[in-house]
Amino acid sequence: MSGVMDLGGRAWALARRNVLAAYSVLFFAYLLLPIAIVIAFSFNNPTGRFNYVWQGFTWNNWRYWDGVPGLRGAIELSLEIAVIASLVATALGTLVALALVRYGFRGRGATNLLIFLPLSTPEIVLGASLLTLFLNANVAFGFWTILIAHIMFCISFAVVTVKARLVGFDRHLEEAAMDLGANEWATFQKVTLPLIAPAILAALLLCFAISIDDFVVTYFNSGTRITFPLFVWGSARIGAPPQINVIGTAIFVVAVGLMVTNVLVQNRRGKRGLV
Amino acid sequence: MAVEPRVAPAPAGQTGPRIVDVRLEGVTKRFDDVVAVDDLSLEIEQGSFFALLGPSGCGKTTTLRMIGGFEEPTSGTIFLGDRDVVGLPPYRRDVNTVFQSYALFPHLSIFENVAFGLRRQGAERKGLRGRVLEMLHLVELEGMERRKPRQLSGGQQQRVALARALVCSPRVLLLDEPLGALDLKLRKQMQLFLKRIQHDIGITFIHVTHDQEEAMTMADRIAVMNKGRIDQLGSPDELYERPETPFVAGFLGVSNLLPGTVAGADVVRLDDGTQVHVAAEALQGRTGRVAVGIRPEKIRIDGGDANTLPGTVSESAYVGVATQYIVETGSGRLTVYVQNVRPGAEGAAPGDRLTLSWSPDATFVVDSTEGSA
Repeated sequence: MSGVMDLGGRAWALARRNVLAAYSVLFFAYLLLPIAIVIAFSFNNPTGRFNYVWQGFTWNNWRYWDGVPGLRGAIELSLEIAVIASLVATALGTLVALALVRYGFRGRGATNLLIFLPLSTPEIVLGASLLTLFLNANVAFGFWTILIAHIMFCISFAVVTVKARLVGFDRHLEEAAMDLGANEWATFQKVTLPLIAPAILAALLLCFAISIDDFVVTYFNSGTRITFPLFVWGSARIGAPPQINVIGTAIFVVAVGLMVTNVLVQNRRGKRGLV
Repeated sequence: MAVEPRVAPAPAGQTGPRIVDVRLEGVTKRFDDVVAVDDLSLEIEQGSFFALLGPSGCGKTTTLRMIGGFEEPTSGTIFLGDRDVVGLPPYRRDVNTVFQSYALFPHLSIFENVAFGLRRQGAERKGLRGRVLEMLHLVELEGMERRKPRQLSGGQQQRVALARALVCSPRVLLLDEPLGALDLKLRKQMQLFLKRIQHDIGITFIHVTHDQEEAMTMADRIAVMNKGRIDQLGSPDELYERPETPFVAGFLGVSNLLPGTVAGADVVRLDDGTQVHVAAEALQGRTGRVAVGIRPEKIRIDGGDANTLPGTVSESAYVGVATQYIVETGSGRLTVYVQNVRPGAEGAAPGDRLTLSWSPDATFVVDSTEGSA
């Protein structure tokens, strides 16, 4: 009896010890499997229009990544929009965050609330509203409407990111700079900006990431222009070429690469006692 | 720890005419409904170590910030030397500040922190390096110039803040509770260190503190502030020996205040009928209700002085250097310190009746505390 009990107890202990490991493996498989498939199928050599069944390995999709008509233009447009939108939105968002944290002005509470509105509004509503606005204002749809739309929803993310850093900012640092002879501009340049730079960088990357893969709002306001997400959506209906997996994989690799670099840099700085 | 004058020559005006470095005329500062500083006028002489002393909320820091240019007065004028500086931003004022939080730039090295002011002045490269290193030597931080502020201890950071402010050779150095974050031992060391540096370089220091002992240790002159006004301004011993208000008497050290009525040119009658003799000038023309003040260490329990008051010991506490007695009298409870000149804890015990005595010279008179809570 006791032997059976002992065995059962040991099995239970074993299971208990490994349940977390097993759970973790399953969790990451669930998370990473789709990405692995995207990467794997970027090397597929499909015979028909659909890239859904493994047919054989090839480098050709990577070699001729822009072999699909319209893909190159769509990527270029997306990059252009993302770069400009993230730069403009981060610049404006930083200024808004400075104003919100630093100055008491009429309508500050309302501004704070309005900043959160685009974050909490469903994208479909945002897109449809912008469409209505542009139609009523007789604006020609295309590059500029996409850009305006992207800047609009990116600003909120930039404000929130930079504001978080400014809230913990010691105002005495700026007073000290002025006390030591720095005028307002020199103070901003030499003290404020370097100290909030990490947040500004984070805001830039965040805005870029959000802009480059936005579909819903863009779809409503793009007119005849095609961004990369719109291209993927369009081609998925008639058969997705493996080049889309190539681009997806490339974006994934760049993003992970940036993240790893960031972690490494932070670690090294941490070891040297600097942040 | 040789400290030589490096920043500015010692004031040449020791024999010449009195030079005023800072002058405040009728300065008032209101924040919404709160009056932080109330019609304050003040002159601070060149080369002096001046303390603004008071409890939190008395307006001392606001006064300092108005001199530094971080707040603008609601009304009144501030002069640095002969120049009216109201409306000038901090970077146009010839003063530098040591902040309570030190406010060292976390992204810059110690060297660059100290060099910050010189770079803004456009100092040329060669001279700059020498001056920064000299200043770091003065505050005993040689070899630290490549570190970042967070790698330094609190006391070291404090000295960097001092060096950063002094390297600009300001007309006046403002210190906003600079020792508040340090532990007691380090605070004592820094008090003496600051006083020595001030003496050596001869720049006017204005020091804000709520610590009366700190103010007394360092300052030549102290302004005791209360509710936005200066209650009394004077040297440490003037403030201690001749406080003019009950607030000053209570804020600097321990005071026994006994209520009474003026009964002559140099006599105050306490409420139990006891006549207390005071120096005629201590009355300063007061009549009616007043309070008579005596410092605990000026009272003797063995008799012999002109003013006497019988009482009963209710508590005694031996604290090494002295014994503290609480004595109940007909005019109230008095605190008495008796120095333990001879070894042993002999002396009066609780329950003993004795006669307290003190000299008329050691007696001060302030306005009655009745009715003012």
